[in-house]
Amino acid sequence: MAEPGAPGALRAYRALLGAQARSQAAYRTSFVVDLVGNMGATVFDVLTVLVLFGVTRELGGFTLRETLVVVGLSSSAFATADLLVGNIERLPRYVRTGLFDAVLVRPLAALPQLLLMDLPLRKVSRAVFGLAVLVFALASAGIDWTPGRVALALVAPPAAVVFFAAVFVTTATVSFYWIDSGELANSVTYGGRDFTSYPVTVYGGWFRALFAYGMGFAFVSYHPALALLGRADPLGLPGWVGWASPGVALVAAGVAALAWRVGIRHYRSTGS
Amino acid sequence: MGSVTATVAPPTDPNVTRWFRTFGAIAASGFRRHATYRQAAVAGVVTNTVFGFLRCYIFLAVAGAAGTVAGYDRAQLGTFVWAGQGLLAVIAIWGWTELADRIRTGEVAADLLRPVHPVTSYLATDLGRAGFAALARLLPPVVIGPFFFEVYLPRHWATLPLFGLSVLLAVVVCFGCRYLVNASAYWLQDVRGPMILWTLGSGVLAGLYFPLGFLPGWLEATLRYATPFPSVLQVPLDVLVEREPMPTEVGLVGLQVGWAVLLLALCRLVQRRAEHRLVVQGG
Repeated sequence: MAEPGAPGALRAYRALLGAQARSQAAYRTSFVVDLVGNMGATVFDVLTVLVLFGVTRELGGFTLRETLVVVGLSSSAFATADLLVGNIERLPRYVRTGLFDAVLVRPLAALPQLLLMDLPLRKVSRAVFGLAVLVFALASAGIDWTPGRVALALVAPPAAVVFFAAVFVTTATVSFYWIDSGELANSVTYGGRDFTSYPVTVYGGWFRALFAYGMGFAFVSYHPALALLGRADPLGLPGWVGWASPGVALVAAGVAALAWRVGIRHYRSTGS
Repeated sequence: MGSVTATVAPPTDPNVTRWFRTFGAIAASGFRRHATYRQAAVAGVVTNTVFGFLRCYIFLAVAGAAGTVAGYDRAQLGTFVWAGQGLLAVIAIWGWTELADRIRTGEVAADLLRPVHPVTSYLATDLGRAGFAALARLLPPVVIGPFFFEVYLPRHWATLPLFGLSVLLAVVVCFGCRYLVNASAYWLQDVRGPMILWTLGSGVLAGLYFPLGFLPGWLEATLRYATPFPSVLQVPLDVLVEREPMPTEVGLVGLQVGWAVLLLALCRLVQRRAEHRLVVQGG
């Protein structure tokens, strides 16, 4: 069994990725339609925020320009994480059809194989659009740029990507235990995306506590945005919390890695 | 019965009772088929509930201190969101590719051999599916929502029956749209394009992401009269929360009837065209 990470394995991963790129670009019209269509999903998310601000001047105490920073952080990070590891949500189908067995018997690590086998290149357009929204929001929010804020603006988006990626992997492992769980994962992944698209002051009660701090979604976009904008948290957390997002992302990645290992060990083939 | 019938001769006299019995049998089988996916239904209910919380909080934040926005008060927004989350699965706004898949694999040829018109038989199956969803997917969010949010209960006795009729029409309108999107597979090898357009358009234009009343008045009116989308979700919800006076609501349901008839006629027309094409192809 080749060790994952050995030169041979790297070459194998590159071959998987190359095959994907070739097969997806083969039907050019479909690919272009997919590129445009995938961007549409994020476009409508941003459009929704604009429509909401068409009937109100502030949302949870935040103006449109401030909210756009939150939206930009959230949608760019979600779209990038979805591009890189989002297809892990097909795991239930792989488990059900037995394809996962084929992945496991190959002498390569299972997770990178699954991701490279299905890297959805069409989602590149979404990630690019999300990034454009983030850049526009940061440029137009009237941020008082300090070296610290520049550093945060560079670190927070990748940290948010790692966080969302961890959420994708963690929720997908549920399908090792409960085959028909596809939509359950959606409630946390897509629910998390929607949750992080608005300031957490919009939400209330235990629901906010659960999503924002129980699952850590407040650190994806809300607290970094507060730190960038130089606003105090209306909910009373200290200012340095905005800089905690890389740490939270690392913890989330650790949880995801653990969940994945436990899940694989628990995995019993469906026998098909 | 305009379809090709190779095995069974079409009945010469249209027997209404027999037609209804066939339609009922197909619908019942659609109901049973979906009743077997219980785990998936539970997972779906959890997801609808989470999104119910998200949307409810967001819309209430939009209503803000004033407590009203675009003709909805806080309780009406609550009902709009929770009934909407329940209706999503009943109208099955997304994810139906069965016809397109059967066209791509050629299995659709078997549908054409049956003595029931494909549009009729798929509609019956879909109504059966919607019946199961009304029990398994509409009820839970409608029951859960009021525990956490203020909701609006209809005040006029005629609202509930009108809402029921409006939901039934919404299912038919949504089915018509999905059938047409799927039927594009007869001409295109790959229906992902039309499917993406439908998925994107339906969520926004039907009133799921925000009530269409949040849009400027002229835009809302244009969407309502010129496109079938509001008839899929927004109209039944507006009827339920009594946003308009009763005569206007009846008018909106009448509009749904118009869209349902138009779309079903269009489905049959498209199906006939496609069958001619299939015959040419299949030789």
